[in-house]
Amino acid sequence: MLIFEHSTPDRRAFAQAPQHSADTSDIPDNLLRKVPPMLPEVSELQVVRHYTRLSRKNFSIDTHFYPLGSCTMKYNPRAHRLAWLPGFADRHPLALPRFSQGIMSCLFELQEYLSKITGMAAVSLSPMAGAQGEFAGVAAIRAYHASRGDTERTEFLVPDAAHGTNPASAAMCGYTVKEIPTNAEGDVDIEALKAVIGPKTAGIMLTNPSTLGVFERRIKEIAQLIHGVGGLLYYDGANLNAIVGKTRPGDMGFDVIHMNLHKTFSTPHGGGGPGAGPIAVSERLKPFLPVPLVIKKGEAYEWLLSKDASQSIGRLSAFMGNAGVLLRAYIYIRLLGREGLIRVAEYATLNANYLMKALEKSGFKPAFPARRATHEFILSFQSTAKELGITAMDFAKRMLDEGIHAPTVYFPLLVPECMLIEPTETESKEQMDIFVQVMQRILEEAKQSPEKLHEAPVTLPVRRLDDVKAVKQLDVVYNDSL
Amino acid sequence: MTSPSPNHLKYTASHEWANEESADIVTIGITEHAQSLLGDVVFVELPEVGKNVAAGEGVAVIESVKAAADVYAPVSGEVVEVNDALTSTPELVNSSPYENGWLCKLKMENKEELDKLMLAEAYDAGL
Amino acid sequence: MPFIPHTKSETEEMLAAIGVSDINQLFDEIPDNLRINDLPGIPETLSELDVTRLMKSRAAQDEAGLCFIGAGAYEHHIPSAIFDLISRGEYLTAYTPYQAEASQGTLQLIYEYQTMMAQLTGMDVSNASLYDGASALAEAIFMAIRLNKKSTSKRILLPANVHPHYRETVKSLVEPQDILLTDIPFDPATGRIQIEALQALEGQDISALVISQPNFFGVLEDVDALVSWAKARDILVIAVVNPTSLALLKPPGEWGETGVDIVCGEGQPLGVPLASGGPYFGFLACKQAHVRQMPGRIVGRTTDVDGKPGFTLTLQAREQHIRRSKATSNICTNQGLLVTAATIYMSLLGAEGIRRVAASSHEHTVTLRNLLTAIDGVDLAFSQPIFHECVLRLNQPVKEVLEKLAEQGIQGGLDLSPYYPELGQALLVCATETKTKEDLEAYSKAMQAIFK
Repeated sequence: MLIFEHSTPDRRAFAQAPQHSADTSDIPDNLLRKVPPMLPEVSELQVVRHYTRLSRKNFSIDTHFYPLGSCTMKYNPRAHRLAWLPGFADRHPLALPRFSQGIMSCLFELQEYLSKITGMAAVSLSPMAGAQGEFAGVAAIRAYHASRGDTERTEFLVPDAAHGTNPASAAMCGYTVKEIPTNAEGDVDIEALKAVIGPKTAGIMLTNPSTLGVFERRIKEIAQLIHGVGGLLYYDGANLNAIVGKTRPGDMGFDVIHMNLHKTFSTPHGGGGPGAGPIAVSERLKPFLPVPLVIKKGEAYEWLLSKDASQSIGRLSAFMGNAGVLLRAYIYIRLLGREGLIRVAEYATLNANYLMKALEKSGFKPAFPARRATHEFILSFQSTAKELGITAMDFAKRMLDEGIHAPTVYFPLLVPECMLIEPTETESKEQMDIFVQVMQRILEEAKQSPEKLHEAPVTLPVRRLDDVKAVKQLDVVYNDSL
Repeated sequence: MTSPSPNHLKYTASHEWANEESADIVTIGITEHAQSLLGDVVFVELPEVGKNVAAGEGVAVIESVKAAADVYAPVSGEVVEVNDALTSTPELVNSSPYENGWLCKLKMENKEELDKLMLAEAYDAGL
Repeated sequence: MPFIPHTKSETEEMLAAIGVSDINQLFDEIPDNLRINDLPGIPETLSELDVTRLMKSRAAQDEAGLCFIGAGAYEHHIPSAIFDLISRGEYLTAYTPYQAEASQGTLQLIYEYQTMMAQLTGMDVSNASLYDGASALAEAIFMAIRLNKKSTSKRILLPANVHPHYRETVKSLVEPQDILLTDIPFDPATGRIQIEALQALEGQDISALVISQPNFFGVLEDVDALVSWAKARDILVIAVVNPTSLALLKPPGEWGETGVDIVCGEGQPLGVPLASGGPYFGFLACKQAHVRQMPGRIVGRTTDVDGKPGFTLTLQAREQHIRRSKATSNICTNQGLLVTAATIYMSLLGAEGIRRVAASSHEHTVTLRNLLTAIDGVDLAFSQPIFHECVLRLNQPVKEVLEKLAEQGIQGGLDLSPYYPELGQALLVCATETKTKEDLEAYSKAMQAIFK
């Protein structure tokens, strides 16, 4: 039932709005609204009950194991609530610096921490999500080339295994995207790369470890090749959690990196946002960082704005990006500290490799069995699809019935019938073992009674939805009340 | 694949077909194989009449729920007619790829381009 | 180990099962010359108690007095139920609803949100939200350029009285695609868009006109005339609006004879805390005919295999994970949790509640304006009616006045001189429904003391 269907004319949550209807007589009549919008007319209890009930139709980290590859669904420490302390929650974004030293000190320190973790020269916290960080990074590269009068570079290189955002971001910056193939072991095909680089190459976007769940071993060589033709290297930090404290993108030769704070630094995903996608850059890209930045003068913190940064690619949001998410990442780093952050990569990798080995033993097929898993790994269901008529999606849907959020399916597009599994470091060995048992049980079922997989899920609020109808009979707003 | 592709049409490696309607007009569409790979077609983005396209250039986009495929012009020319029926019933591309699911008609610039396209036998052999 | 459950013996057992002796061996594919094993410069771990102490001391530094600053972020009452509901793990710790069957809560909520935003803006459809108001305007501009097939100029009219930070953001985001932004000046007497400046562009190829209602100065534009002018010339119209105002003011879907094409804005006033500027959410709504060019997530209602109604992400073929470099935008998420807050806010307040918030904010600002302009040395900058902000002209440096007010525990507004030096010593003030009569008087008294 929709909230609109609970509605009764003249009902309201009276405690929530001003008691009297104020005077607006000085606003000309032709600028006023004549017919009120059809919003729900419900009591406070009805609202609380409706949205509490709706919440129970969601899987979440707090309620279910959520091994969604590439998304890093690990425990979000509850201390993040401290970002809602009144001094932070009530601070107006344009408050005077004298009322801003608290948050600015946190943001300044966060800039420092992130540059140390990545081995880069400087950080801008302002991008509001990974995709915006990508835009910012590529735009900084574009501005760098332009500042040198180097205007013939029109191509950006992206491996075919990359997240869809990479080519989309490069295109937003006006570049033509060239895809680079991947070899059988999951590394970038260096020969193919050599064949396309040249004076038109503005740069390359790489994820390392790649979206295939393996470390790009020849990264130094790639960096030399790209720098050799005058291009720059962009690091997609989606998988930074796999290498924190073990290696640094700055040492690999990258010029710019974005970080997904909602992944590596465990800020809550919120049902698909908010996230934050700060970027870190090498010395040569420093002048191009997006504003605002926090700088320290003596003991006081100040904003660095466009007027003080003539080469900056500019502002990416109305204020200071997703400041509250930045605070939460700061809190996470302070809780874990130096040692704790190193353990993130260690235990995420331990869980992934343990799970991959156990599943392989149970008859599942890792896509790259000869490689070490990073924090995640890919299973291929190509043979189950061929032999049993059971797709990766069927498997995924049956897992929902078993109370486990399905891993990422059909990404990366490169591996047919794939499942990308990321257990994260905050899950226990028992949880890994339960996952293996569930997978074995479903595999057995696939052989004995495959219809159970085709019909799955059967225990959730709805069964499989008609996606074709959703597009063809497009219904994106409720109209019955109009 | 199931049945062989129709003999009277010409084909591209990227799964478009072209039919010579008259001296300089060709109708184009996508093959049975292409529609089966795409799955349920939910939307077709057709070109504007009057638009000039070069052979190999994108002329339309066909969307299914999970994919979007560019359709490349098999020959160069001007778009003279589009299949408006696809606006309301894009599934014609699935049910009748060679007949009612045609995409648009081009006024050819160079007939040699058409002659260079594959015959049904060669196309089917490549699948 | 904070948040890692493994015991020493479990770790050993797992390493043995993998066939390695040491956890560091798991990183053996990283070339030796790239390996590190420490993070110098990162402080030692703190307990939650210590972190709490630290954050409380930092937050305390930022506690300020009464806030009369608006300028795109507005202090409104936030119902307590919102904090309780959005703190539920099922909303807070879920991800983008890719597995629809396991995400019906979030999906239905977004469908309800889309309906509410379409209602509020008077448009046919809404997406599931974007990052913030400024980036939503940039996305609306991209969308307009894709939509306006009659124009080839990629030229956008962006009036100078649109929020300066929005204009800056738009510039950063659209410039790489060779989109031309043309400034339209405002009338120095009214603060409104200068019609003569528009008329001077007669006959030129223009893709879209941006109209902010209210504009950055709080002044209400003659939106009907502006929309009629643009539509008669095949120029698309993008409205930037304050959502609170839409329960009181004419919605963009009804401006002029046809309504506008795209509406966007900052969703923060609908139940989201000020919180230093984010996370907020941007909203985007448009006419039905334009839906396929909309960026971002969209939720649709459909049925499951048993015919039962359900919700799913739809029109995904527009998006980056399918279209890659040809996608409508590179955006992959919405601002889910903030949209959750806003949907609950709109449900609790309803149309009448939001109208009262809007009306009360208007009345308070008018009252404050009258109190302050009664002071010698404080004048009203623009003559036209306002929504809930106004510009005052002072005969003293605004910067110093604001510092003096701060001493009295009052955040007096925004100094406009860095943005609009041509306005002289100008101050933008806002008083929402959160301010009492006493608060307004306190501000006025403090100001009187400064201007004595």
